[in-house]
Amino acid sequence: MATDLSHSHTIERAQEFLLKPAGIGADDLERVIGRMLGHQIDYADLYFQYSRQESWSLEEGQVKSGSRDIEQGVGVRAIAGEKTGFAYSDEIVLPALIDAAQTARAIAHSGQDTAQGLSVRRGDSLALYAPCDPLGSLEDGAKVQILERVEQEARRQDPRVTQVMASLSGSQETVLVMRSDGVMAADIRPLVRLNVTVIVEHDGRREHGSFGGGGRSDYSYFLSEDRAASYAREAVRQALVNLEAVPAPAGTMQVVLGPGWPGILLHEAIGHGLEGDFNRKGTSAFAGRLGERIATPDCTVVDDGTLHGRRGSLNVDDEGTPTQQTVLIEHGILKGYLQDRMNARLMGMAPTGNGRRESYAHLPMPRMTNTYMLAGRTPPEEIIQSVKKGLYAVNFGGGQVDITSGKFVFSASEAYLIENGRIGRPVRGATIIGSGPEVLTRVAMVGNDLALDSGVGTCGKDGQSVPVGVGQPTLRIDGITVGGTED
Amino acid sequence: MDTTLVANPSMTLEDLASQALELAKRQGASAAEVHASIGSGLSVTVRRGEVETVEHHRDKGLTVTVFFGRRSGSASTSDFRGAALAEAVSAACVIARYTAEDPFNGLADPEHLARTIPDLDLYHPWALGVDEAITQARRCEEAAFAHDPRVRNSEGATVTTHEGTDLYATSTGFLGAVRASRQGVSCAVIGEDGEGGMQRDYDYATACDARDLPDVESVGETAASRAVRRLGARQIKTCQVPVVYEAPVARSLLSHLVSAVSGPSLYRRSSFLVDSLGQALFPKWVHLYEDPLRKKGNGSAPFDGEGVETRYRDLVTEGVLRRYCLDSYAGRKLGLVTTANAGGVHNLMIEPGADDLAGLLRRMGRGLLVTELIGFGINGVTGDYSRGAAGFWVEDGAIAYPVQEITVASNLRDMYRGLLAVGNDIDFRHRIATGSLLVERMTVAGH
Repeated sequence: MATDLSHSHTIERAQEFLLKPAGIGADDLERVIGRMLGHQIDYADLYFQYSRQESWSLEEGQVKSGSRDIEQGVGVRAIAGEKTGFAYSDEIVLPALIDAAQTARAIAHSGQDTAQGLSVRRGDSLALYAPCDPLGSLEDGAKVQILERVEQEARRQDPRVTQVMASLSGSQETVLVMRSDGVMAADIRPLVRLNVTVIVEHDGRREHGSFGGGGRSDYSYFLSEDRAASYAREAVRQALVNLEAVPAPAGTMQVVLGPGWPGILLHEAIGHGLEGDFNRKGTSAFAGRLGERIATPDCTVVDDGTLHGRRGSLNVDDEGTPTQQTVLIEHGILKGYLQDRMNARLMGMAPTGNGRRESYAHLPMPRMTNTYMLAGRTPPEEIIQSVKKGLYAVNFGGGQVDITSGKFVFSASEAYLIENGRIGRPVRGATIIGSGPEVLTRVAMVGNDLALDSGVGTCGKDGQSVPVGVGQPTLRIDGITVGGTED
Repeated sequence: MDTTLVANPSMTLEDLASQALELAKRQGASAAEVHASIGSGLSVTVRRGEVETVEHHRDKGLTVTVFFGRRSGSASTSDFRGAALAEAVSAACVIARYTAEDPFNGLADPEHLARTIPDLDLYHPWALGVDEAITQARRCEEAAFAHDPRVRNSEGATVTTHEGTDLYATSTGFLGAVRASRQGVSCAVIGEDGEGGMQRDYDYATACDARDLPDVESVGETAASRAVRRLGARQIKTCQVPVVYEAPVARSLLSHLVSAVSGPSLYRRSSFLVDSLGQALFPKWVHLYEDPLRKKGNGSAPFDGEGVETRYRDLVTEGVLRRYCLDSYAGRKLGLVTTANAGGVHNLMIEPGADDLAGLLRRMGRGLLVTELIGFGINGVTGDYSRGAAGFWVEDGAIAYPVQEITVASNLRDMYRGLLAVGNDIDFRHRIATGSLLVERMTVAGH
């Protein structure tokens, strides 16, 4: 975990960029927060954001559309006990900021209009990615070429490919947080993503396959290690596998989950239920279970926002707290929750750098970063060989969880039957449903092949989307419900 | 509540739009269109009797799309000041330099544009103060707690109001603006069985006119009864049975239909309903139609996302698919014409049957009532369907016990063909409205 020596520079750049055009100085921020604190407010923060995003998309061999978006604003939050007042403005100008602050602080009704002094200091930060600008990292023509190359690579794979859809997007987000405890923090966050979907057709049957990736980098990420072309090949491979797939079985059985993206299991089954807000309110199936065994001893699960360049990583979270590695489950025992500042304070715990928000126009909440299970000792081949009859699921679409009942679901986009220790026919339509607090107690084997996903995860909670990562080694789960159609 | 803009208070959306169109023209665009919106609102949540959040919303945005012949580019900004507007238009023009010629690109054909813009009675601003919102949310949640002693925890009750204007303008002279308001009450509570088992459920109401909202107490009571009736839910054995989708979840089956008959899935040939025009997808009694001009409707619109005139249109009659859902681009590409579905469907309805939900359950006899769906197990290319579900086991036409941790699976084509009945319990809260649906047979996976 390296501390960025040039971090002070990030704060300067963010101020220069976000505040200077409006003639807002650091002393103005102190004054705005100071006046809020006079109103029986326990905590307040200002969140300035400027983001630029672009996307290019290709279909039928041509890039036919592209768009560019600019979003900026400032969100003002005031907390009194468990109450939160929130207002924002999509223009960064001092009168709007003062107006929003007055609106937000009205959450506490009484109080004298006496400003409190603030001693401003710089918060700590990590340096997990360069503060680069993906949009300017490549000529527009070269961005179009990446998509065209992806298309050609996909078509070259197989004559059964009838359609290729590809999209490339990049963004740069500059944020500046000013908290009522005097901490000022900033972050400049690049993010890129490339996605490929192909349709294949054979004998009147149609199927699709998708693959993508990205991270906190610029577009050169896709040019190195042959990534762009490999995404195209992977999408075609999955589509062709699905073309041969038979209907999935229905019922409870042994399931082997492959490494990497199947870690969405941990995100849905475990991660959400351990977010501080649900546990403070007692609405999570995991509430009050710290210290209890919720998994077999081979299972250690962490949330880690400090991985270099990963989609779910952040130098500081959206409340200016540096991210960290938080142990959620250690050798099967429930160890910790994911916290933002408000829930940590109300639960008497420490913030874990998981306070995140979609934008200035949304309130922060405890959210995951990169959530994964540490590697075990068993080679994946041995895990497959140990299964007499079951399902091997290696790629998934989306998942969802009911926090209170703990029931989670995620749908396989590539899965196979296992028969007598061997991988057999591909199956389609396999949705897996289970119970969060129980599923890891049925983990019988943990592979030695930990992998993280390729950088495609977007997590939705309460209408807010944030980029996340997941990962895991190959796992064997003894007894989970597979929702196919075949009895 | 203060809802004035800080900068450019005198600048109207129309001025902004014409400024953006003018800038596009000056940069050489042969045509351009602008979507602009501005809105404000208040959202108050009370949890366990205490105020939890008071959120003041103010949103605005402008998206400009420019055409240079058959090339296009678009850009958006939330900053309405002159420099930002100019930057957005320039960005759109730069993008158009790198996109390919597409012969089907362009604005809607002038003959399809709405000539008059009927007033659909969508604007009923609610002068809801923070204190009044708190009182109403508190009453809503209190009613939930009072309804059943097993309701011991809550995610809170929320009262919201929002109003705004959406404007669409083109360089060919179309200018349409719709002012609309949206009011809402919602409540989510947790039932506890005293043995560690918890179930959450919710209810909500939404209308453009606050006078059309039900009593906040009834929303709380419904949320409470929905949560406690799930207590004690268990898994069932894997089986093949008929399934009733309760109206709020039945809507999803129609929304899968809409995406399968929408332009992009058709011209990419990535839909299980490719070339299905004129086919009997449903039994003969099924009638689906769009009614965009209904007064105060939750999906009402006087014109679609590209200014095309909306009107009553059948989608399915006598079980046969009569048209697709297309915008101008998809229409031209498929050799058809727009069906005023740029931006989606507007008040899509399935004609209700005679039975209420209880009647549908009696008709089913033995099977599953689904009241909640989770996950994304729908393959739009093949129609394969498998989703997580919770609900109730039905025996002898009546609810026997709650079930959970199951999946329901089939293929959407088979489900549509096997539709046996639609209830008269229509849920009007969305742009797609349906009663509960009885499906002949699905695979339910459990233990």
